[in-house]
Amino acid sequence: MSESYKRIKAIKFGVLSPDIIRKMSVTAIVTPDTYDEDGWPIEGGLMDRRLGIIEPSQRCATCGNRVGACPGHFGHVELARPVVHVGYVKIIYQLLRATCRRCGRLLIPQEDMERYKVLLEKYVKNWPELVDNLTSRILSKAIKTNECPHCNERQFKVKLEKPTTFYEETREGAIKLTPIEVRARLERIPDDDLKLIGIDPESARPEWMVLTVLPVPPVSVRPSITLESGVRSEDDLTHKLVDIIRINERLRENIEAGAPQLIIEDLWELLQYHVTTYFDNEVSGIPPARHRSGRPLRTLSQRLKGKEGRFRSNLSGKRVDFSARTVISPDPNLSINEVGVPEEIAKILTVPERVTQWNLEEMKKLVIRGPFNHPGANYIIRPDGRRIDLRYPKDLKAIAENLTPGYIVERHIRDGDIVLFNRQPSLHRMSIMAHRVKVLPYKTFRLNLCVCPPYNADFDGDEMNLHVPQSEEARAEARILMLVQEQILSPRYGGPIMGAIQDYITGAFLLTRKSTFLRRREVCRLLYNAGYTGPLPPPAIKYPEKLWTGKQLVSLFLPKDLNFAARSNICAKCDTCLEEDCPYDAYVSVKNGLLISGVLDKKLIGAGQPESLLHFIVKDYGSDAASHFIDNVFKLFLIYIDDYGFTMSLSDEDMPLEAKIRIDEVLKEAEIAVNRLIRSYREGELERLPGRTLEETLEMRIMEVLTDARDKAGNIAAEYLGMDNYAVVMAKTGARGNILNLTQMTAVIGQQSVRGERIIRGYKNRTLPHFKKGDIGAVARGFVYSSYKRGLNPLEFFFHAMGGREGLVDTAVRTSQSGYLQRRLMNALQDLKVEYDGTVRAPGGLVVQFKYGEDGVDPSRSDHGKPMNIDRIIRKVVMERRVE
Amino acid sequence: MAMGSKFNIFDHELVPEHILLSKEEAEKVLMRLGVKCNQLPLIRSTDPAVRAIGAKPGDIVKIVRKSKTAGISIIYRYVIPS
Repeated sequence: MSESYKRIKAIKFGVLSPDIIRKMSVTAIVTPDTYDEDGWPIEGGLMDRRLGIIEPSQRCATCGNRVGACPGHFGHVELARPVVHVGYVKIIYQLLRATCRRCGRLLIPQEDMERYKVLLEKYVKNWPELVDNLTSRILSKAIKTNECPHCNERQFKVKLEKPTTFYEETREGAIKLTPIEVRARLERIPDDDLKLIGIDPESARPEWMVLTVLPVPPVSVRPSITLESGVRSEDDLTHKLVDIIRINERLRENIEAGAPQLIIEDLWELLQYHVTTYFDNEVSGIPPARHRSGRPLRTLSQRLKGKEGRFRSNLSGKRVDFSARTVISPDPNLSINEVGVPEEIAKILTVPERVTQWNLEEMKKLVIRGPFNHPGANYIIRPDGRRIDLRYPKDLKAIAENLTPGYIVERHIRDGDIVLFNRQPSLHRMSIMAHRVKVLPYKTFRLNLCVCPPYNADFDGDEMNLHVPQSEEARAEARILMLVQEQILSPRYGGPIMGAIQDYITGAFLLTRKSTFLRRREVCRLLYNAGYTGPLPPPAIKYPEKLWTGKQLVSLFLPKDLNFAARSNICAKCDTCLEEDCPYDAYVSVKNGLLISGVLDKKLIGAGQPESLLHFIVKDYGSDAASHFIDNVFKLFLIYIDDYGFTMSLSDEDMPLEAKIRIDEVLKEAEIAVNRLIRSYREGELERLPGRTLEETLEMRIMEVLTDARDKAGNIAAEYLGMDNYAVVMAKTGARGNILNLTQMTAVIGQQSVRGERIIRGYKNRTLPHFKKGDIGAVARGFVYSSYKRGLNPLEFFFHAMGGREGLVDTAVRTSQSGYLQRRLMNALQDLKVEYDGTVRAPGGLVVQFKYGEDGVDPSRSDHGKPMNIDRIIRKVVMERRVE
Repeated sequence: MAMGSKFNIFDHELVPEHILLSKEEAEKVLMRLGVKCNQLPLIRSTDPAVRAIGAKPGDIVKIVRKSKTAGISIIYRYVIPS
């Protein structure tokens, strides 16, 4: 087998001329029938054997090849009357208006033409990107002219009636231009004139856009399928071609028989309809051609267009082998670089491994284990290229004995293999990352919880895909560039996208807070599970019992030269920071790898937190150190929270009676304030705010009062909820929820809104029939006094549902819109590339940016977008000095 | 060079500085970037700033603008007819 490679230099699209169509045709198609009674293709029919074959047993009547080798051959239909091609209607319309109805010349004076010709030649040579611009300008200038500068013929307006009919508005009224007339006019346009408007007459003479001959695609393009019942079912295209040929034949007979003009015109129009829908069955202005069942036919244009079309479905997105998909579930004991693969899947996915003298024995063992026992093999490929399926041979031992270097064994994937793991929608590069396989029992893919944020995964039924790279290069590339730990720093914002979430954060807080002291047993258990093997640090408290703090344990895992300071999420944002003496222990200070003060929470180790402790560990100590930190230290937090017993229940929302009274008071005051506002509005005493109407002013003031009341009520509730309340712990540390959620549960839900306003829709002048007309008080406009715990009354519930519904609709709309935007951006930017000189280039070397981002900074290596973090450098230097 | 009128668009704070490069300078810039002139971003000869500095098609204009990320960024544009 000799192969030769040729380089494609250029691709040119043109219009098929009738001559070319006839030349490439192997036969004229004259009968609308496909098969005769015996089920044989009819000669000169649509299934003519010369057009190619679809059944494996036959040989093509044209080229003599069998199914795979025969490319199929075109036929043709001689149309009794020409018809317009829908795809070219727009160009035809422009040409009809831009050229003379009598002499066919472009409606541009001769001297201008000469000038344009010179200009065009210059443009083609010097400014090729401007040629389209110039030609379209010439065209629109020609269209505007209404007297021919060559033969002085008056031009009439040509009208296009969608989709394919042209009318000329003469003095006597609108006259229909038949395709014959249209074609005749297009024929009269001289080649030289066409060049001026950007048409190459060599490859696209305009009269070719009016069809006189219709190419019939080979049968392999429109294969018929035989159902189990033996009934033949034809492709949609064949159906459409049958219609065309049937009408074409009728039209021909009628013309030959000298039938009345009216009948001929009707048939002609019908032929035009069929040819139009054959090309595009979604043209506006005409009903789509339908199958007998009522389903619209899927004709040529529909085969290519859209998401399910040839381009997006079959060319941009192909189905692949060596892939798997199943439900995902969490496993905190896996490394972030690992993925748990069910044994069942591991027995199907394979990696080709070349047998060498060093792995011969191992490969033999795998072959003997065969395809049905896990670390086994599914196929072997002999040096001569023959593939042996290991499912069938009885004696695998004999096959294994034959194994010599040079064989390839397609062995099962096993622990440590590199695979790509993906969750749709793949919106950024972290949506596909490389993981190491860990074969596990059960049927789900397992992943570490810290990789949920980049994939945007949760475990409410999400499924993910897995792909096995098959070549050594692919594996190396995946391991070095795509491995999870190499993706911790996100290029989206300068910070780690992976990190602690939910319980990890709570656990970190509980472990590192001041009140946590651990006994030796507990310390040992925690450290053992985190993989710590060094000596225990001296205990923080020696008597009466040896006790260690959580901070000490975390310190063991911090790099010894790490110096760091930051405020944690629980920081109360005091006016003057007491730093290490913070009463809330919110000032995190790490000196020489020792956690001196502060609790660890979301701001320090959370996912997506730039300039955090985690960020600097990744940045300064590399991805290996970072993955080690996440794998081990985070385990500490989980084990601690497990032992601690962290839980939240209804009683966490309990409020003492005193608090309830105070909240009710605040709300009552607010209601009175609202009523006062309404009264002053009614009496015309309300002051208008600048740029607002009186009504808007009132609404704003009321909203203000009510929001204020809710905040006040929330603050009162917060006074009674301390850090002994687990819901508050989660909110304050940033693990889950926020204080607003808590106040809504305990104190008051507050104003419901639709489109940013209080609820006004519903009945005439009122929201519900329970209110008086014109009632604009707090309750009537959707203020909910109840808390989630107390429960809503029916009216409140209804308003709450209105607000809730708007939220749902918004998310649904947003996802579809942002999805489309994303697609368009991706298509526009996918070929841009940062070259070694720092410029951003499009294909062809076009410069898009002279320096990437104008400053040449890689955002994933920057500090939150900034190339340098001066504060940090200064702090570092100061720390080092102090140590000296 | 404001073409006789007393209005100068470069006085406006949103209009960045445009500088017409001489043939030699242009040559140097193209050499440094390793590009041909038609690989540069384009600018119309009818662009008000281009007119103001009197650049003609085929010239290269250097534009110095303020940048959020880099402070000052320098780009080059190739003047095309229109």
